[in-house]
Amino acid sequence: MDSAVLELEGLCKAFGALKATDDVSLTLQPGEIHALIGPNGAGKTTLMAQISGAQAPDAGVIRFRGQDVTGLSVAQRARLGLGRSFQISSLIPEYSARRNVMLALQARQGHSYRFLWPVRHDRSLTGPARAILDRVGLGPRASVPAGVLAHGERRLLEIAIALALEPACFLLDEPMAGMGTEGVGRLVAFLRDLKQEAPILLVEHDMDAVFALADRVSVLVYGRIIATGTVGEIRANPEVRRAYLGDEEPAA
Amino acid sequence: MSLALVLEQLLNGVQFGLMLFLMSAGLTLVFGVMGLINLAHGSLYMIGAFCCAAFAAMTGNFWLGLVAGIAAAAAAGAIIEVTVIRRLYARDHLDQVLATFALILILSEGVRLIFGPFPLYLNVPDVLRGTVDLGVTRYSLYRLALIGFGIAVAVGLWLLIAKTRLGIQIRAGESDREMIAALGVNIRWLYTVVFALGAALAGMAGALVGAIQSVQVGMGEPVLILAFVVIVIGGIGSIKGAMVGALLVGVIDTMGRFLLPRAFATFMEPSQAMGVGAALASMLIYLLMALVLILRPKGLFPAHG
Amino acid sequence: MVEARREFILNAVIVLALFAVPLWALMAGEPFIISLATRVAILALAAVGLNIALGLGGMVSFGHALYFGIGGYCAGILAHHAFSGTPVAFGLSGTNQMLVIWAVAMALSGLVAAVVGALSLRTSGIFFIMITLAFAQMGFFFTLSWPAYGGEDGLPIFVRNQFPGVNTMRPWELFLLAFGVLLVALVVFAMLRASRFGAALMAIRQNPDRAAAVGISPFGVKLTAFVISGMLTGLAGAMMADLSRFTSPAMMAWTMSGELIVIIILGGVGRLCAPVLGAAILVGFETLFGGWTEHWQLWLGLVLLGVVLFARGGVIGLIAGREGHG
Repeated sequence: MDSAVLELEGLCKAFGALKATDDVSLTLQPGEIHALIGPNGAGKTTLMAQISGAQAPDAGVIRFRGQDVTGLSVAQRARLGLGRSFQISSLIPEYSARRNVMLALQARQGHSYRFLWPVRHDRSLTGPARAILDRVGLGPRASVPAGVLAHGERRLLEIAIALALEPACFLLDEPMAGMGTEGVGRLVAFLRDLKQEAPILLVEHDMDAVFALADRVSVLVYGRIIATGTVGEIRANPEVRRAYLGDEEPAA
Repeated sequence: MSLALVLEQLLNGVQFGLMLFLMSAGLTLVFGVMGLINLAHGSLYMIGAFCCAAFAAMTGNFWLGLVAGIAAAAAAGAIIEVTVIRRLYARDHLDQVLATFALILILSEGVRLIFGPFPLYLNVPDVLRGTVDLGVTRYSLYRLALIGFGIAVAVGLWLLIAKTRLGIQIRAGESDREMIAALGVNIRWLYTVVFALGAALAGMAGALVGAIQSVQVGMGEPVLILAFVVIVIGGIGSIKGAMVGALLVGVIDTMGRFLLPRAFATFMEPSQAMGVGAALASMLIYLLMALVLILRPKGLFPAHG
Repeated sequence: MVEARREFILNAVIVLALFAVPLWALMAGEPFIISLATRVAILALAAVGLNIALGLGGMVSFGHALYFGIGGYCAGILAHHAFSGTPVAFGLSGTNQMLVIWAVAMALSGLVAAVVGALSLRTSGIFFIMITLAFAQMGFFFTLSWPAYGGEDGLPIFVRNQFPGVNTMRPWELFLLAFGVLLVALVVFAMLRASRFGAALMAIRQNPDRAAAVGISPFGVKLTAFVISGMLTGLAGAMMADLSRFTSPAMMAWTMSGELIVIIILGGVGRLCAPVLGAAILVGFETLFGGWTEHWQLWLGLVLLGVVLFARGGVIGLIAGREGHG
């Protein structure tokens, strides 16, 4: 288990009396998609915020590639290779899709304190940006400001930005949210390829997508992980069915 | 340095603080309920003072002047809320700062147009002339009355917000704007009323202070900046914070100006000590504000959790 | 693209006009107008500084008069000691060389901006506005009550400071100096905006969470921008003191901070030449309406209100349309 890319150990976070994260431990292994599911209010967003560094846990340790990152800021973690996409698209609205990706590339290269050379003519940014946008299928929309892209396109741009960071793991927070079935289908195929590059911790509501993609699934209820296992194990787990899936048969 | 002198300065500080509270209460309510930074709040203070002085001179009665000053400030507040301020609620702070900065220019020149370029003078009402014996010292009756007046208004404001229907709507507006809409409250009307209420309090402060200072264009801005210091220290949106902040600022500013030069004189040459002490004293409350913001970035009593 | 070309032409027109009007005044023998143009150039320079923090970085500093005043007092104090032949402190003598004064003014205002910024950037929104105002008020009251350099009476500069190869007592040559420095500042602003640093700064203004998530720390970038911003405004303060041959606490008054913001808004936030156009409008208003009616501020207020309520892109925005970030 010490080869885990990302490892949470005994993470706790409370807001007053509410235990939003209650002794959560999980790992993300190389080459896997680990899905985190749970009903609304289970604490998925809070957990993601602690992993990305936006919130500090009350107790517990977050290790990334063997290094304790619990005390680091969002930006520091991102520079180490923790690539995050947002649940609600969080882009630079006035920047074109291309410049959004270029910003991530520039941050990846670690040179944001250059004051003279114009970014527009910086081939080390423009070339890779075009390639990444082509890869996610946004090539023709490269010059459109992020603020006026359609919803599905913004989800893809989120992915493109994560790609530009060449992270050691992806944290994807509901990448399918609000996408049509066709878009979801394409994204599922894309993510299946993507996990060859880096493992993915996936928070997702779309159960069809989760069951199609995930190598392992963890179920979060009231801040606790009540089960972790393969898709088959989770589907068969009576506690999960009772607590989360209800008595309904989950869609296959 | 006698006990009498210290007591007198302390009372001055409390009186100053309570007048600052009248200014700050409106400012903090308007920010808490509507999310608006209103730089023109000092202009309402000025309008209150001018109308009070002019009306008192006309009728020979301070109290009629005071009523006129409060009414004029409330009316001016309602008018600018309906014509300008209303359009700013949805804007960012930069637009609010600029638009209300523009209002300062307009209102200051407007007052100069109506009342002329010269300062007006407002006399302390006859019944409040002279001094009272406090045992160790004699103290100005009018200033003592201001302290009583300030406390009375603070209690009244607390009752208004804690006990009345309007108060419930104001508190609801602070915590959740959608909710009061759902409750069927006419938000536009509520906002106008809250703004006019804040304006009336500012006008009252201007009229009351007008009797111990000269009434002139530009009198509102120094007080406005102090009121901002008060609400930032107290926590924006909190009436309790405004009260604590106002008393802190009033007492620290007054006592600093009184004590610091004397403190420096114990180890410095007197003339130099006066200069250094005065320079430091005038910076004291801004240092306090910076310190509070650094230690508690949302003020002492943050209104929204 | 059409908008970009239109803005380029507009910028050229603005800058050329600022050069042409005093040139005409020189021919016509109107030194007063040359001084006005110099004032526009220096105010514009101060606003270029603020435009970096406010326009590019979205930091609404309501206390940039502090740096303007620090620059002014650097010029005043150094000149004062050079004139009287007394040391400033620690045996260092004063100077009447503008280049030295400018360097000191920029270094000192940059240093103060670093401290103020480091403390203020812990807050945001209205708190940031108010804490920057508070620091400027501290400077204002300090200079007001500090007796050594004139206190509330201010500090005169008896002989205008010198610049190699320029006769600074001649209005036209002083204008050329100010105009030259303004052009350099505009080039610096344009390069900064187009650079990686500018890309990071403008991204942070629009979405600090996203910038952090790709690995750009908002604090460091904003603080750097704030310091550069304070340095340029400080330089302008030193030049303004030399133009008016006088420095006083009024340079640090909160209305000065307000005026700098007004200049940028009138022109158009974040636009390259907004400070030049805004400063020209402000000075023009003061001069034209000030001669015509003593209530000119009433009209300025109405115009400003109109711009804020109905023309949020400022005058440049009205003419050149929205800004693009292709």
